[in-house]
Amino acid sequence: MTQMDVQPSETGTAAPTARTPVIEMRDISITFGSVRALSEVSLRLYPGEVHALMGENGAGKSTLIKALTGVYTIDSGTVLVGGEEHSFSSPAASQAAGISTVYQEVNLVPNLTVAENMLLGREPRRFGAINVRAMNRRARETLTGLGLDIDPASVLGEHPIAIQQLVAIARAVDVEARVLILDEPTSSLDSDEVAKLFEVMRRLREQGVAIVFVSHFLDQIYEISDRMTILRNGRLVEERMVSETSQLELVKLMIGRELEALERLDREPPNTEAEVGTPVLQALGIGRKGSLEATDLELFEGEVIGIAGLLGSGRTELARLLFGADTVDTGELTFRSERRRLRSPRHAIDRKIAFSSEDRKAEGVVGDLTVADNMLLALQASRGWLRPIPQSTRTRLVDEYIQALDIRPADPSALMRNLSGGNQQKVLLARWLITEPEVLILDEPTRGIDIGAKAQIQAKVAELAAEGLSVVFISAELEEVLRLSDRLVVMRDRRKIDERPNYDVSVSDVLEIIAGEARSEQQPEQQEETRA
Amino acid sequence: MSAITFPTSSTWDRVKGYTPPTRFLPVIATLALFVGLFGAGGVRYDGLADPQVLLSLLIDNAFLIVLAVGMTFVILTGGIDLSVGSVVALSTMIAAKTLQMGWSPYLSIAAVLATGTLLGLLMGLLIHYFDIQPFIATLAGLFLARGLTYLISVESISISDETFTQLAFKTVYFGEYYLRWTAIVALITVAIAAYVLARTRFGRTVYAIGGSESSAMLMGLRVAFTKVGVYVISGFCASLAGLLFSLYILSGNSLHAVGMELDAIAAVVIGGTLLTGGRGYVVGSLLGVLVLGIIKTLISFDGTLSSYWIRIITGVLLLAFVVVQRFATRRQS
Amino acid sequence: MPESPTLVQRVVRHQLMWPVLALVALLVVNVVATPTFFNIRMQDGHLYGNLVDIVRNSAPVMLVALGMTLVIATRGIDLSVGAIAAIAAAVACTRIVGAADEGAATTAIMACTYALVVCLLLGAWNGFLVSVLGIQPIIATLILMVAGRGISMAITDGQITTVNNSWFSDLASGFVLTLPLAFLVAVGVFLLTALLTRRTALGMLIEAVGINPEASRLAGVRSRTIIWTVYAFAGLCAGIAGLVIAANTNSVNANSLGLWIELDAILAVVIGGTSLAGGRFSLTGTFIGALFIATLARTIPNIGIPSELNYLFKAVVVIAVCLLQSPKARAVFRSRRGGPTVPTGPAAPVPAKAGSVA
Repeated sequence: MTQMDVQPSETGTAAPTARTPVIEMRDISITFGSVRALSEVSLRLYPGEVHALMGENGAGKSTLIKALTGVYTIDSGTVLVGGEEHSFSSPAASQAAGISTVYQEVNLVPNLTVAENMLLGREPRRFGAINVRAMNRRARETLTGLGLDIDPASVLGEHPIAIQQLVAIARAVDVEARVLILDEPTSSLDSDEVAKLFEVMRRLREQGVAIVFVSHFLDQIYEISDRMTILRNGRLVEERMVSETSQLELVKLMIGRELEALERLDREPPNTEAEVGTPVLQALGIGRKGSLEATDLELFEGEVIGIAGLLGSGRTELARLLFGADTVDTGELTFRSERRRLRSPRHAIDRKIAFSSEDRKAEGVVGDLTVADNMLLALQASRGWLRPIPQSTRTRLVDEYIQALDIRPADPSALMRNLSGGNQQKVLLARWLITEPEVLILDEPTRGIDIGAKAQIQAKVAELAAEGLSVVFISAELEEVLRLSDRLVVMRDRRKIDERPNYDVSVSDVLEIIAGEARSEQQPEQQEETRA
Repeated sequence: MSAITFPTSSTWDRVKGYTPPTRFLPVIATLALFVGLFGAGGVRYDGLADPQVLLSLLIDNAFLIVLAVGMTFVILTGGIDLSVGSVVALSTMIAAKTLQMGWSPYLSIAAVLATGTLLGLLMGLLIHYFDIQPFIATLAGLFLARGLTYLISVESISISDETFTQLAFKTVYFGEYYLRWTAIVALITVAIAAYVLARTRFGRTVYAIGGSESSAMLMGLRVAFTKVGVYVISGFCASLAGLLFSLYILSGNSLHAVGMELDAIAAVVIGGTLLTGGRGYVVGSLLGVLVLGIIKTLISFDGTLSSYWIRIITGVLLLAFVVVQRFATRRQS
Repeated sequence: MPESPTLVQRVVRHQLMWPVLALVALLVVNVVATPTFFNIRMQDGHLYGNLVDIVRNSAPVMLVALGMTLVIATRGIDLSVGAIAAIAAAVACTRIVGAADEGAATTAIMACTYALVVCLLLGAWNGFLVSVLGIQPIIATLILMVAGRGISMAITDGQITTVNNSWFSDLASGFVLTLPLAFLVAVGVFLLTALLTRRTALGMLIEAVGINPEASRLAGVRSRTIIWTVYAFAGLCAGIAGLVIAANTNSVNANSLGLWIELDAILAVVIGGTSLAGGRFSLTGTFIGALFIATLARTIPNIGIPSELNYLFKAVVVIAVCLLQSPKARAVFRSRRGGPTVPTGPAAPVPAKAGSVA
């Protein structure tokens, strides 16, 4: 929790001369209701550096960014701008202090021109009227200054997302930003587009702008960043020089377990007998542009496949393609021996596949319905509205699962939104078990729930697999994945990088795979790149 | 397109190679529709090709043009204003009643415009500050304005004030052709609105909100001011349209302008403005009104078709534009 | 149940408390203005009186509002119901007039059936635009709202068509078991809707789609079918309402029949506590909402105000109900009063509605 005294003086590029940070956040704490989202987190930004903000889901990255941009108010702690104390009561106040943000989804208006998007709100005017010619000229100057050749008079929405992203940065730059926050700007860009973005970032760094960079792609972090701040569970882990931190160290810091303790997990030997006969589910080269490169996967009866990988590695994307929640661009899926293109979740459900999304609130819970209705939703949907589930069956199923999963309150007529996260997750699990699936895909089923519920869900998954259900289990917690799975799939940068039976695999093995160290024999050039 | 080519003329090549930006296409389509209808009518019916028919279109639809201008502002932000028909009725009634009471016509006009603007302001505040859906807030406005009209008088009141009637028949001649003042007021309104939307910060913010309200907010634009502002403008335009309507019809009546909001919305949509907001031009709305007007004129020239065909044809045009827009925006996203 | 709420708590928290309270308040105003307001007399085996008039007059709005409730629950809106009502009336009346035996019962039944099939198709058309083409509901139904009256006039050839069929006019003015038939039809449709939504899974699936469309999609709910069904049903309800209105005057005026009934229906739904944001719906609430609107229409002349001022009061009701439901407005009022003691209106924690068939 202590800050190392690292100054970005020895970074290769444009050594900043200033000793005072342009922004310093000290001991920031933010609480939502009873949840402590940030506790005593500090962040220092120096002019002319690219500063990576690292952390898994729930680490507090976006909360910290929103505190800096004035969206959230800070409960305790201080923010210093150029050494002087400031408090940002609104996004406008933060912008006035020279902090600009570019979000993952382009926050511009697609129906106006590039120049307007860059200058809206501060257009050059003559006699009160917007001077279009001057506006286009100024926009072109800014774009040229960033090395971009975009027609300022063209409509923004006609450009690809990457260009829109760059225009958003150009807008941020035009306000003479001292701090530029890039929140996952690369998540939908291809490699050429990323290169273009990095070129712009380097130019800005040379001009003395402090850039906060959030990305899930480790290679990108190592390519562009000078320093980084690592967060975990709302707390500061460390501030580090990128050049002094190996990828393995970084991954360990982000996931952060005491490794020795984890090695001593009690675990049943993996069920390798499962891998006989035809797979229940087979994916051949399934992929989708911008979310997953072509991936193969085979799932056998009674087998648990654990998918490990960092946020943004493609783990969720793979699960969604297996369920038809998103449609594939390439590749094909085979169920038992039937080849099938999934156009909607219905197709998957009809083939006895179940999927519990990582985003419980937005994609799982139907808050204003009762626990009973939430449990029976999937079964009822597959029966159609004309064939309601008979009352006696309803009661039997609901009571059975409330008891089996220990759902509290044990009241079928309680409203779903009044349940705790853990109990909501159990209800969602019940929703799918009621449909008697053959394949169960669980994406982060234990995120953000209490220990007790977590253990119960894990036990249930193990029990179901023993009964012959095939499970795809995705979690950010490696120990959980290792404990439950028979076979392990490791993902990184939107593709599968490793697959092995879960024999004597330790958490540190997985960390090494994720960090790319284990690949070094096959791909030496990768190693050089990351070490550079 | 003509097949004739002039290999030597580079200017012609440029003209030939010119393709208008896609954002103008809807307006161009509406213009083509209007020209086509007018041309077809001119060929088929004697006397329709007269330029005075065009000018009369402007005169007869002056109030609708103004109404559509106000509606364009609202729809560009992604909202809708159902109250305008009732505000027109209220305006005719206020004008008629105050004139009957012996007010000066100018004072009467001021009262009408103030009332409409105030109603617009109230609806805008409800929509923005209490997050009430535009259609439900303006529905309240619809009821309120209609109720106020009845409160003033249940009976129809005719307008006989001399200054007022003189205004109504004030005419400008262009050789043998003429335009009423009301039409000129409408055209001036269109010109001012076009200028405001194209060249002022307020106007561009209107488009930005229609494109993405949350983005506009994050870009630090004056979203609240603008959102309330468009309803104020719509209220003002509705009362101005009400004045033009009372000049046209010379009476105040609580049954005036029932369903006129639909005509205004239809004109805006046929004029190429996207109902989801962010795209469109007031000139398009002007053309939209003229298309509706020319259909009306054609039907009355024909004599065999009944007037209800206007509504059916309007509906079909509306459908065509909405569906085409839907596919156009779906392709882009 | 560890701590069951007391009866008083249950009543105060019940979602129907506010609409019922409003209706009762309105009735009290009437009794104060006219002590004999509740008097009902029996004549020729029929009941007469203000209350009977109210329930009879509430029928058209109630019918339209029942369909509207389901549409709103899916996060939609149907602006075309007034126009559909006019079309239904026009089809039925021209059929009756054109029939060989104008006064026969079969003529009336055939004409009404024909009209309702047309309305079902028109509703399905709206559903097609919304669910298949993905057009916003307010825009999709606007099309038929504009064109519908023209179509209705085309059917009646722009004339006010008068029919002479006692069976048909009974739909509005007839009595069965001493009660007005129109009201019984509305109650019948109400019970049918309740049965359809609460005894099948339709209600639950509608609510699921309205509350969380994405979660419903991932759970395999065929939202396209659901949405299509509710718009078709709304069309059917509007059609029945149109027939009742036409039967009341034994004629159809395509221009004015059912004018603004969509607005009254939306108002009834909102008064009944169903949120315009979609999700949970209350048919009983809508039922009370429709009664409230009919009572309001009766109250105004009764307390000596010209009935045309009805609109003014409706405007006040719309604003009041919307402010009550708007979280932002509630937050503003709460902070003004300095405590979370403000009644939370129709969105207050709702007890389980498992058995809320009616």
